[in-house]
Amino acid sequence: MGNKKLLDRDGVRELIGSLASDIVNRNRKNIKNICIIGIRNRGDILAERLAKYIYKETGIKPPVGAIDITLYRDDLTTIGPRPLIGPSEIPCSIDNRIVILVDDVLYTGRTVRAALDELVDFGRPLRIELAVLVDRGGRELPICPDYVGIKEDVDKSLNVAVYLEELDGEEGVIVKKEEYGKV
Amino acid sequence: MKILIKNVRIFDPASGIDEEGDVFIKNGIVSKKKEETRNIIEGKGLYLFPAFIDIHTHIREPGGEDVENFESASKAAVAGGYSTIFMMPNTEPPIDNDGMVRFVVKRARDVGLVKIYPVGAATIGRRGERLTDMRAMIQCGCIGFSDDGSPVKNPRILRRILEYLKGTGIKFIEHPEDPELSSDGSMNEGSLSNKLGVPGIPWVSEASVVIRDILIAEYLSSPIHFAHISTEASLDLIQFGRKRGVKITFEVTPHHLLLDEDNVKITDSNFKMNPPLRSKRDRKALIKALKKGFVNAIATDHAPHPLYKKELEFSLAPFGVIGLETAFSTLYTEFVRKGVIGLNELIEYMSVKPAGIFDLKTGMVRDGAPADFVLIDLKKKWKITEDRFHSLSRNSPFLGWDVYGRVVYTIVEGKVVYKEGD
Amino acid sequence: MERFKQKHLLGIEELSRDEIDSILDTAIIMKSVLERRIKKVPTLRGITVANLFFEPSTRTLNSFLIAERRLSADTINVSKSFSSVLKGETLLDTARNLEAMRVDMVVIRHSVPCSPHYLAERISASVINAGDGAHEHPTQALLDMLTLREKFGNIEGLKVSIIGDILHSRVARSLTIGLLKKGADVILCGPPTFLPEWFEDYGVKITYNLKDAIVDRDVIYVLRIQRERQDTAFLPSLREYIRYYSVNRDVLNRYARKDVIIMHPGPVNRGVELAPDVADGPWSLILHQVTNGIAVRMAILYLLSGIGSSGGVE
Repeated sequence: MGNKKLLDRDGVRELIGSLASDIVNRNRKNIKNICIIGIRNRGDILAERLAKYIYKETGIKPPVGAIDITLYRDDLTTIGPRPLIGPSEIPCSIDNRIVILVDDVLYTGRTVRAALDELVDFGRPLRIELAVLVDRGGRELPICPDYVGIKEDVDKSLNVAVYLEELDGEEGVIVKKEEYGKV
Repeated sequence: MKILIKNVRIFDPASGIDEEGDVFIKNGIVSKKKEETRNIIEGKGLYLFPAFIDIHTHIREPGGEDVENFESASKAAVAGGYSTIFMMPNTEPPIDNDGMVRFVVKRARDVGLVKIYPVGAATIGRRGERLTDMRAMIQCGCIGFSDDGSPVKNPRILRRILEYLKGTGIKFIEHPEDPELSSDGSMNEGSLSNKLGVPGIPWVSEASVVIRDILIAEYLSSPIHFAHISTEASLDLIQFGRKRGVKITFEVTPHHLLLDEDNVKITDSNFKMNPPLRSKRDRKALIKALKKGFVNAIATDHAPHPLYKKELEFSLAPFGVIGLETAFSTLYTEFVRKGVIGLNELIEYMSVKPAGIFDLKTGMVRDGAPADFVLIDLKKKWKITEDRFHSLSRNSPFLGWDVYGRVVYTIVEGKVVYKEGD
Repeated sequence: MERFKQKHLLGIEELSRDEIDSILDTAIIMKSVLERRIKKVPTLRGITVANLFFEPSTRTLNSFLIAERRLSADTINVSKSFSSVLKGETLLDTARNLEAMRVDMVVIRHSVPCSPHYLAERISASVINAGDGAHEHPTQALLDMLTLREKFGNIEGLKVSIIGDILHSRVARSLTIGLLKKGADVILCGPPTFLPEWFEDYGVKITYNLKDAIVDRDVIYVLRIQRERQDTAFLPSLREYIRYYSVNRDVLNRYARKDVIIMHPGPVNRGVELAPDVADGPWSLILHQVTNGIAVRMAILYLLSGIGSSGGVE
C-alpha cells in the first residue's frame, strides 16, 4: 500500500492562511491580547507562521512562544530511555491572555492535555483556544479543536507525517505506514 | 589394613619415578612385597602423587566453629588432596599454651582424616609482648611458632623469640607486615587504588619487615620462615639475605601466583585478602622465582569467613580467602597445562619442599615410606562452584573457574580418607 | 543524539562524552523550570526516591531533595551515622528493606568507596552516587562542568587547576575525569602528602608549587581542607597550608590572569583554602554552582528514571 499525499505545499500554506483568518475573525476585538504558543516540534513553527499572517492582516504581531511537553507526558513510565527535552519559552505573561495553542496533528488528545497542564503552570489565561493543521480523529480524551485546517479520519496503523520548510526542507502532509522514531 | 592400587601412573618426584605400575600399602606404609587383598583401587587413568602438605591453614575452632571447624577443615583438606595441614594459632582463644596445643592434637586425632600440626603463637595472645611456653608446646606437638594474622611488631621481642628457639630445631614463621604502613588499606596501594579512592597497602609494608627480620636472623645465626610473600622487593631481599648466609625459607600462595590487582572486583570481597593481590610486576616476579626453584613452598593461607561478613562492602569485609580445595587444580590448569612450570615442580612445591622445610616425611613410593598419597584424574574438567566445597565457607576468588585435575582418592597413613563424591 | 541508556549514575568514569552532554543539555532545560512561577513539573509523579545519607551533608541532601520534589517525586530520607551501621543494619540490609518498600531510585552518600557500585549489583532500583568516600562525586563534577560550559561556552582546551587535598577528594577525581573527557587541560596542585605521583596516570600535570597552578590558567578550582589532616600527619599545621597554598587576593594579583575564575564545591573554610574576599569576589562562580546543582540533579533523576525497576519497556 503506498503513501497518500493529503496536502501539498500550496495546500499547507493555504490552510495556515485560513486558520489565521479564522483566529482573527473570532478575536477581532482582542488581537492585542492574543498570545500564540506552539507545541514542539512543528507546532512551534506553525505558531510563528500564524503570527506572521495575523500581522499581515491586522498590523499587530502577537507574541509567539513554544512549549516542550516532554516533562508532562502521561506515558513516561512506559517508554523506556528518556527522550531529550527541548526548551519551553514563553515570551510574555499568559495571565488574562487569550492563548492560541497550536499543534500540527491532533490525534489522541494526550499531547494537548499535557500542553494544557504545562500552560496552566505558567499562569492563568483568560481562555485557551486550540488550532491544529490536521485533525486525524482517534481521540482518547475529550479534547476539541477550535480551529482545524483539514479533518480526515486516519486508521491507527497509519502515520500522519507533516513536513515544514524550516525543519524538513519541504512542505506537505503525507499519510504513510506507521514509522517509529520520528519525533 | 591393606590396599593395592593397580595400573596407576606413579609420579613421585622425590624418588624420580614416573611410570605406570602398582602400589601396595600395608599398615600405613608402602610395601614392596605384595600380598593378597580385596581392597583394590583401580588406578587406570589416574596419577598417583605424594599427598600435599599445606603449611598455612586457618581453622576457626575454637571461636568460629560455624565458619570452619576441625571436621570441615579436614574434609576440605582431603578433598583438595592434602594429607597434612599446619594450623595457625589465631583462634579465639589463641593457641598460646600447651593446653591448647593438646586440644588441637586431640581434636585432629579424633576426626582422624588429615594430619594436623599446630603452629603455636609466639607471644601470649599474639600481642607481641611476652613469649609463650614454647618448649612445653613443642613437647605437645607444635611444629612451629607464629603470631600470624599479625607480625611481631617489636624487634626486641622477635630477637628473643629466635634466641629462645635455638637448639629446638623449630622455626619461627613471620607474617611480614608493618601495620603502620598498611594503615587502613584494603588493596594494593598503587595507581588503581588511587583511582578508586581506596586506601592501599603499599609493598613496602611487607618488604620493610622482611629485611628487618632477615637482619635479625642473620645477627643471631637463626633460620627464619616467611609466610605469604607477595612482592618483588621481598624476593630481592630474600636473595640478598641468602647471599649473606641466612637460612631463609618462604611460601607463596596460589592466589598471589594466579591473580593480581587488575583482577580485583571492588564489589566482591572474595578478592580481598592480606597481603593483597599485588601489581602485575610483583606477580611476574613471584612466577619467575617459582620457575627458578627459588620458592620453598606453595601454601594456601586457607582463611574461611562466613558469608554475612564477606558480603559486606569491600572496605569493610574481613581479609581472607579459602584455598585447600582449589590449590592443585587452579595451579595445574594455569601453570602446568600452559607450560609455565612442569608437573614435577608443582608436586614438589606442594609436598616435597614444604615437608623439607619442617623435616616431615612425605609419601613416597619406596619400601617403608609413609603411605600418604593422592590420586588425581588430570584429564577431568570441572567447574569451581559453591556447592562443591566441603569447607563451611565459600569465600574463594576462583568461583566460576573451569579447571582440570580432580582429586579421586586421598590416602593418609594407608587409609582412604577421601573418595570423589564424598 | 543517542538516548541516555544508563540505569545508574555511579561515577563520571562510566559516562561517555555524549552522555555527559545529554545530562548538561537536560540540566539547562531543568534550569528554566526553576525560573518558572510554578517550579514543579509532574514528570516523576509516582516515583519514590530514597536518599541514603551515611555521611552528614545538609547541602547535597537538600539539593537532591529540592530536585526530587521539583519533579513531583515522593522522597524518603534515611540519614544514618556510620556508627549506627556498625552496630546494626548493614548497607545491604538497609537497601533490601528499601527495595521491599518498592523504592524506585536510591541516592546514596557513604564514606566507603564504591558502595554505590556494590549496591547497584544487588538491588533493582536505580542508584545515584552522591559521594562515595574519596572515590567519586559525579553530580558535583557535572554541575561544575555545566557552570564552566555556561561561562566559557566550551570546555575543550580550557585550562583548569584543582588545588588542595587531592588525595582525599572525590570532587577532584570526578572533576578531573570529566574535564579530561571533554578535552580540558588539568593541573593538580597541593602539598606532596596530598598528591602522590599516581595522579599523573590520569593524564594530568601535578605540581607542589601554587604559582605553577595559577599562572595563565582560566579556572582555579579550590578544595576544602579538613582540619583533621594535621592530626594524622598529612599536614604539619593549617598555618603551613595557608601560607603556601591558600588562594588569596595577593596570590591572584601576582600570578593570575585578570579574567581568572574561582570555583569551590562548598562549604568554604573561609581564611583557610580561600580568602573571604576571594570567595565573595566577582571572580567567583560559587553561587552559580549551587543553582546548577539542583538543575543537574533534576536532569539525572529524569534521565535515569526511564530505566528504573518500575518501567523501561521499549
